[in-house]
Amino acid sequence: MTCLPSQPTPKKLGLVIDLDVCVGCHACVVSCKEWNTGGYGAALSDQEPYGAEVSGTFLNRIHSFEVIPDGGEVAAEKGHARLVHFPKSCLHCENAPCVTVCPTGASYKRADDGIVLVDEDMCIGCGLCAWACPYGAREMDVSAGVMKKCTLCVDRIYNETLEEEDRVPSCVRTCPTNARHFGDLADPTSAVSIMVAERGGYDLMPEQQTLPVNKYLPPRPKTRLEDVAPLAAADTAGAKGFFAWVDAVLERF
Amino acid sequence: MHPAYSIIFFTTASGLGYGLAAVLGLGFLDPSSMWVRFAHIVALGLISAGLLSSTLHLGNPQRAWRALTQWRSSWLSREGVLSLATFVPLCISAWFALFEGRHLPLVGLLGAIGCVVTVYCTSMIYASLRAVQAWNTQLTPACYLLYAGASGSLLGAFFAAGAGQSAVVLTGLSLVLFTAAWATKLVWRLRLREKQISTPESATGLGAIGTVRLFERPHTNENYLTREMGYRVARKHADKLFAIALIAGGLVPLALLFLSPVLGHTQAAIALGLAVVLHTFGMLVERWLFFAEARHAVMNYYGR
Ligand code: SF4
Ligand code: SF4
Repeated sequence: MTCLPSQPTPKKLGLVIDLDVCVGCHACVVSCKEWNTGGYGAALSDQEPYGAEVSGTFLNRIHSFEVIPDGGEVAAEKGHARLVHFPKSCLHCENAPCVTVCPTGASYKRADDGIVLVDEDMCIGCGLCAWACPYGAREMDVSAGVMKKCTLCVDRIYNETLEEEDRVPSCVRTCPTNARHFGDLADPTSAVSIMVAERGGYDLMPEQQTLPVNKYLPPRPKTRLEDVAPLAAADTAGAKGFFAWVDAVLERF
Repeated sequence: MHPAYSIIFFTTASGLGYGLAAVLGLGFLDPSSMWVRFAHIVALGLISAGLLSSTLHLGNPQRAWRALTQWRSSWLSREGVLSLATFVPLCISAWFALFEGRHLPLVGLLGAIGCVVTVYCTSMIYASLRAVQAWNTQLTPACYLLYAGASGSLLGAFFAAGAGQSAVVLTGLSLVLFTAAWATKLVWRLRLREKQISTPESATGLGAIGTVRLFERPHTNENYLTREMGYRVARKHADKLFAIALIAGGLVPLALLFLSPVLGHTQAAIALGLAVVLHTFGMLVERWLFFAEARHAVMNYYGR
């Protein structure tokens, strides 16, 4: 059924991605592909994996952006440019345009936890949902001819055969810097909701009116190098005890 | 957006076919002539070929019937349902024209309404996508409908001339629709120069820090997204192609339409036949540009 749930879903499971912490190592990309190529549905195929034109299906990709302070044209002209590593996967939008365009009923949003999924047995591979998603979160698997997307590891998060600590999406479990967090964003007391409130988590492309569930935490402001006090202070007036004595002795020479 | 040939052929052929079918359904031509009977076959042929071609790009065409189920939310599904439903009156009309030389006004009217609504659904598939700003406007269905009308009335005038029937109303209608279609298209095309609502800054949310530029893509080669949505055509080429489309698809057919009433039937048929060929070519170029010039919001993540 490609109509969206009529009520807001009681749970809004999603990710919070901390752009201050991500180091762009692509570990989550690899673990996502590894987990999702084997479990359910069509594998995430690669085309020409050892050829010149390598390409393949991925559900999570990392872009890196250079942010140049306003007024500058090139890095370091007006203060320090920043390099921000930017992981991107499906944001499990509340107002998901990818779902409503689907002609077959293959795409759907779950009414209980808000996860957006594709039933591959119904998908005709028309690709319209990938056109409808402004974030590039859906990729057609070229060999299977069906649409693939992030499932929020629905086969892990409710999977009681896994250890409790493993019942999170594969990318979250793998991230070595803890840049990815998983939780219920409908619950204001959840760790992810608190994080979003404290750090000013935001939506990507709000103007597209998709109401993404996933939130991004902005990079923290950086101290500018020129504002940092030099390590060896010239002034020793405040020295006390042993240091005052050393200072006095050295002064004699 | 990637201009896929199957989709370009589909929208062009179905525009011509539904336009002609609507003109036939409204009874502009007298089906006692062989030419008009043949026109029914051409209309159904164009529609069917278009629909078949649209299934060519599917990953799993064997399940295409499933696309008829989600008409409550999906314009693609609505298009599928309506195109099949419209076949019913169109086939009945064609049957009576072919074998009895009769025009059925009520069935014809139903068929014509079906044609209009189906073309509207096709155009709304594109117009409903906010992620493609160039398409996301009511001008998109306006263009599709006016083009289908222009094509249909031109084809109608051609078949009327062949049959030796007078087609003053049809020719007049065609002149109006051609002018309206290309005028609407020019306004539509001006929107391409409008500011994009989504930018690399809004896509990353990093605009508060400064200007955002792609530093490294997620991968070195193309992927599904860049192939499907990253198509770029140079502005200068696009402008030239648009001029070609406008001249071949609009201005020359318009001139030939103007000329046709003063020519004899045979000469008019030749002139309008030429207009049909040029117009079809112009429409193919116009549809190619419709895709090639449209920018998708996801390209904000790919620096294109
Ligand atoms: S991010 Fe894209 S694929 Fe995911 S729910 Fe939103 S629109 Fe759909
Ligand atoms: S590609 Fe599959 S999931 Fe996407 S819109 Fe088409 S049928 Fe639906």
